Amino acid sequence: MVEETSSPTKKFSAKKLAAKKPAAEKVAPINNSVKLSQNQSDELVSFYEEMTLVRRFEERAARSYTQALIGGYCHLNLGEEAAIAGLLKELNYDDYLFTNYREHGYALLKGIDAKRLMAELYGRVDGVSKGWGGSMHMFDLEHRLLGGYGIVGGQLPLATGAALAIDYRGSREIVMCTMGDGTTNIGAFHESLNIAALWKLPIVFVIINNGLGMGTTVSKSSAEPELHLRGASYRMESARVDGLDPVAVAMATQIAVQSARAKKPFLLEVMTPRLRGHSVVDPAKYRSEKEVIDLKNHDPVTLLHDRIVAGGFVTSEELHQIDLRAIKKIDDAHHFAEESAHPDVSTLFDYNYATPVPNDSRRLPGQALFPSTSKAVGN
Amino acid sequence: MVMKTYRQALRDTLREEMLRDESVFLMGEEIGVFEGSYKITAGLLEEFGEKRVRDTPIAEEGFTGAAVGAAMLGLRPVVELMTINFSLIAIDQIINSAAKIYGMFGGQVKVPLVIRTPGGGGQQLGATHSQNIELFYAFIPGLKVVAPSTPADAKALLIAAIRDDDPVLFLENLALYNTNGEVPEASEPAIIGKAAVTREGKDLTLIGYSRMAYIANKVAEELAISDGLNIEVIDLRSLRPLDRETIINSVKKTNAAVVLEDDWLTYGIGAEIAASISDGAFDYLDAPVRRVAMAEVPMPYSKVLETAALPSIQDVTHAIYETLDAMGRPRHKIGQGHD
Repeated sequence: MVEETSSPTKKFSAKKLAAKKPAAEKVAPINNSVKLSQNQSDELVSFYEEMTLVRRFEERAARSYTQALIGGYCHLNLGEEAAIAGLLKELNYDDYLFTNYREHGYALLKGIDAKRLMAELYGRVDGVSKGWGGSMHMFDLEHRLLGGYGIVGGQLPLATGAALAIDYRGSREIVMCTMGDGTTNIGAFHESLNIAALWKLPIVFVIINNGLGMGTTVSKSSAEPELHLRGASYRMESARVDGLDPVAVAMATQIAVQSARAKKPFLLEVMTPRLRGHSVVDPAKYRSEKEVIDLKNHDPVTLLHDRIVAGGFVTSEELHQIDLRAIKKIDDAHHFAEESAHPDVSTLFDYNYATPVPNDSRRLPGQALFPSTSKAVGN
Repeated sequence: MVMKTYRQALRDTLREEMLRDESVFLMGEEIGVFEGSYKITAGLLEEFGEKRVRDTPIAEEGFTGAAVGAAMLGLRPVVELMTINFSLIAIDQIINSAAKIYGMFGGQVKVPLVIRTPGGGGQQLGATHSQNIELFYAFIPGLKVVAPSTPADAKALLIAAIRDDDPVLFLENLALYNTNGEVPEASEPAIIGKAAVTREGKDLTLIGYSRMAYIANKVAEELAISDGLNIEVIDLRSLRPLDRETIINSVKKTNAAVVLEDDWLTYGIGAEIAASISDGAFDYLDAPVRRVAMAEVPMPYSKVLETAALPSIQDVTHAIYETLDAMGRPRHKIGQGHD
């Protein structure tokens, strides 16, 4: 046993923070037989609304993908709903969010209209990135979603720089930067955490640990599988929280966000299941039968449903109505997206440069560089 | 006009732009206390403080990406990468973030970022520190790549780069830092994307950028005296966008081109220029487009081998003579001082 003296691992240990974490006290851990107060029940119902919206959106995305309405890659947040709802509850409207390519749910709960998100998936002009980004690259300046990013780890230095800009200007916002478990092994993770800690930047790094980087388990890819402990290398406070429980996630996030607002970056690890394959097309054959059965008991939406009903204030039928409203909203989003126009080919070069410059190439593939300049052809 | 070195022009311009606009700040390894590996940032930490002259850890990907993120929120970071060789550590952030963010998100956010970095061999720095890989960046839509060859252009292009709302890779050159030239006192930005005809002529077009534009002007001057040759010189100044029009117009007049590049020939910048000339002035050519480029080896340390691998003034002169031969033009006063 290593003696714990001046090690920041001890000082900021997950255990200590877990002890600080009031989740278990305020709302009982997931247990269907526990009674709730009216306030607690209301809070859970509000989470349920958000989570069902994400759930129905992602289910619709999976269906639309198989109907070839969506192209490219399509990574879903199924299983991550409680984590997303808990994390984003603690962000202010003007706080910035950077995330990766598994981001539909984050975009939704950051407040962006499902219609514009679905339109982006369908590659239409009304899409949140005007059809230029697709599933992996959603962005909305107004809601301060500063991007889904397709390269693992790519968003971390960017988010760190956004926090630097906030600090430079002396303003009050913070940045939240989410990532998958696999991201913690890439250089950009370590460089970003180091810089954020060194320069005392207002940022919360969030690891969504769903146990799998595509098909490779955390234990097979990370020498320190308790990923939040890596914060200790940068004297950064860190904690791990159960991502099946939106209340627990929100409470841990509150601590993390407060820390970031005090210019102490924070590393939060949220344990979630990944209910489907890596992307829509992945059948996840690398999972054992037992794992697949276990997953059914780790569905955050079902768990929350049962917890609310057990709380005694809201009936299953009332929750069903919430679900129907979510389905309706997503159906509307689907119809809106289907009816939205495809971008006009004449707009292909609209975003070459923000500052126009001479000699910017606007040549289509089949066009000659210098049409009719040849004196021999002369047409 | 004031006489200045290329180095001094860069340093003074950084200072002027920082005084002009508070959102301009500098980031990079050793740029503060150490004043920069090549002393471009000398005195700036003292004048502007740590907030605006920010020493970074040795983490090119991390701090270059952070500069992109800061630019997304409206700051104007000027990053120094100690040499272009180290940009390989940051290349994901340059290509996948800086170059993509404006277009990939439908024009919602700009990335007003400058990455300053010197290229150049000839300093016996060996294989990993002598590369000229600006081509990698000139290849990428979304980036702008400029490469000044004179102190005046160093100033005008740096002003333009800093005030531009797109990511600009600003290529400097180790061999040029101590060169002198007249620099205007006014802060007038250059137009990114425009080449300059730095010497007018009719016998042949010599095309270069950065150090090779400097050499092109030198050779043209020498051959005017020694051989009475009237060579037109084009300094590309901007590698992306590439000013093909200026090149084509010149070749239509001279009917021949020699392209000088400090990178490797195969797939190099000269290849793009030669192909462009073929596209735009095929029927005007009286000789094949000739390229002068580095030998295709990892740069050796040995001074003898390094010198052999780098394009020299003699190589350029030789290529010009051979091109004139191919055109069937009699050499004028050939053999006086050159072989």
